[in-house]
Amino acid sequence: MNVTEQRLPIIELGSLDELWFQVAGTRCNLTCSHCFISCSPHNDSFGFLSFAEVERRLLEAVEWGVKEFYFTGGEPFLNPELVAILERTLDFGPATVLTNGTVLKPEWLDRLRAAEQGSLYSLEFRVSIDGPTPELNDPIRGPRTFERALHGVELLVQFGFLPIITMARVWDESQDAEILGRFRAVLHLHGYDRPRLKVLPRLLLGAEAKRTCGYSASDRVTAEMLVGYDTTQLVCQHSRVITDRGIAVCPILIDSPDAILGHTLHDATRGFAVTHGACATCYQYGAICTNPSSRSPDAHVRTIDRT
Amino acid sequence: MRLAFFGGIYNNHLALATAIADARSRGVDAMWCLGDLGAFGPHPDRTCELIRENNISVVQGNYDHSIGHGLNDCHCGYTDPRDNHFAQLSYDYTLAHTSDDHRAWMRSLPAQQRLEINGLRLLLCHGSPRRTNEFLWESTTNTQFLARLCDDFECDVILGTHTGLHWTRSSDTGSGVFFRPPSPIHQVKLNDGGLKKTPDPFAFINVGVLGRPENDGTTNVWYTLLRTGNDVRGGRSPLPWEVEFVPLAYDHEQLAREMQDERLPDEFIETILTGWWTTCLEVLPSKERTRGRW
Ligand code: SF4
Ligand code: SF4
Repeated sequence: MNVTEQRLPIIELGSLDELWFQVAGTRCNLTCSHCFISCSPHNDSFGFLSFAEVERRLLEAVEWGVKEFYFTGGEPFLNPELVAILERTLDFGPATVLTNGTVLKPEWLDRLRAAEQGSLYSLEFRVSIDGPTPELNDPIRGPRTFERALHGVELLVQFGFLPIITMARVWDESQDAEILGRFRAVLHLHGYDRPRLKVLPRLLLGAEAKRTCGYSASDRVTAEMLVGYDTTQLVCQHSRVITDRGIAVCPILIDSPDAILGHTLHDATRGFAVTHGACATCYQYGAICTNPSSRSPDAHVRTIDRT
Repeated sequence: MRLAFFGGIYNNHLALATAIADARSRGVDAMWCLGDLGAFGPHPDRTCELIRENNISVVQGNYDHSIGHGLNDCHCGYTDPRDNHFAQLSYDYTLAHTSDDHRAWMRSLPAQQRLEINGLRLLLCHGSPRRTNEFLWESTTNTQFLARLCDDFECDVILGTHTGLHWTRSSDTGSGVFFRPPSPIHQVKLNDGGLKKTPDPFAFINVGVLGRPENDGTTNVWYTLLRTGNDVRGGRSPLPWEVEFVPLAYDHEQLAREMQDERLPDEFIETILTGWWTTCLEVLPSKERTRGRW
């Protein structure tokens, strides 16, 4: 086949709406078997972001009119400056932190409760738990992680937060309703009487690629597939990620060398060829990383041109 | 000038009739509706008739677009299966009870409208100027992003609805620290050598909805008055406009009876009678969700 005939499926950054911070690098207290960037207590491929670095980026983001900020890792709460970072972020806009819920401390939540109350903006916690029972969760996330994460949820609820429980779909999609129902019942028992739940598709990357067989060559987005597709469904159309090794196109691909686009937001606004296997998962499921409150609306509603 | 803005009506023709009378008694120069005439309540045609008889100009909401074109759902942007289940019930009811004439009229509505009043450039839309069904919640929309929208869409004040909760923020009442120069993305796009300046002052106003109460345990609904020029009441506003959110009591018990007669879901009727939302909760951000009962 003539290579020059193939057009690349390039996604341009349409609008920088969310800025992500790989605030704990690839450091995590857990070693989940499905972690798409293989985080662990010993994975130092990406390091912590400092308070000063985050603050510098928040100021830079003002110029861009960035709407929301997300914090991920690894486990964000391993970063000793995280609480101060979140407090500062709430001066600039809404913050969402993706945590495994196993290391939360009451004194941190006390400060964060006060910070959210004093801010115009929401502080969202997303806690990863992969199912309503230890039998479903622990083989993937590690011994006793179900119990420890639920304890984290209880703490968050005690401090007045309403965490969003996110679960990687480690079951068949047809079982969603049943599993969600069971999960709601379990959370009720733990004092969480209006649970918010979000199911995420699994990404066959990192540790998960070793566990399953990863993506095959046919799991690819092509330029033709993007014709008529609402590209705002893809996180890379409206986000970038600050890491200690540069700015990445999205939180999913930071391990791929081509995903690091530059060191200033300006450098990192160039388009990206969505040729990775994971891109096919994004293509299929859309907006998998953002909160329901800011999900990109569906493709059937017209986008309004500037008039 | 005094302008009245009504957000989503959601078939609440009783609240709409009350709001029209209330706005008239306040001497408004014009009335606007920012879309989503249908959903939730009973007898969709009654709302359409009131709007058209009273010459209220309408911006098309996602609901009006869907009903007008006979699409298979409302495209409200919900993500939760339970929310979608209830949204579908009211959508199917509204579609089945909206006349062809009203549907043709809905198709003809503009997706947004610009007004120039007393030197102010107003942009009227449903969700956001860039997408009809984008949710702009108070607690997840920061001031710098609103500045960007005003900048990108070359206006001073954006008015929208869609979320069901009224709020406003201006360059004057925001967190204060954000002067925002033109965004670098747009600097790159500008070729005329000039830089666009963020309008100052600027504001976003979510006008609330007449369709259902605001998840605060009271049964009233809300609409918005905007005063400009000589109608800005002296000393009250440091801005060249003034926003007044008007709480509106109406015969909500009668609405509940009509909903019962139409066999609309008990969950919806409960919201009308208690003021607490029982559905469409999963799209709420944490601050807004925490304030509610469910
Ligand atoms: S999936 Fe999350 S909790 Fe598990 S190892 Fe990866 S970063 Fe840590
Ligand atoms: S993985 Fe998803 S968000 Fe990342 S570049 Fe590919 S399509 Fe975009």
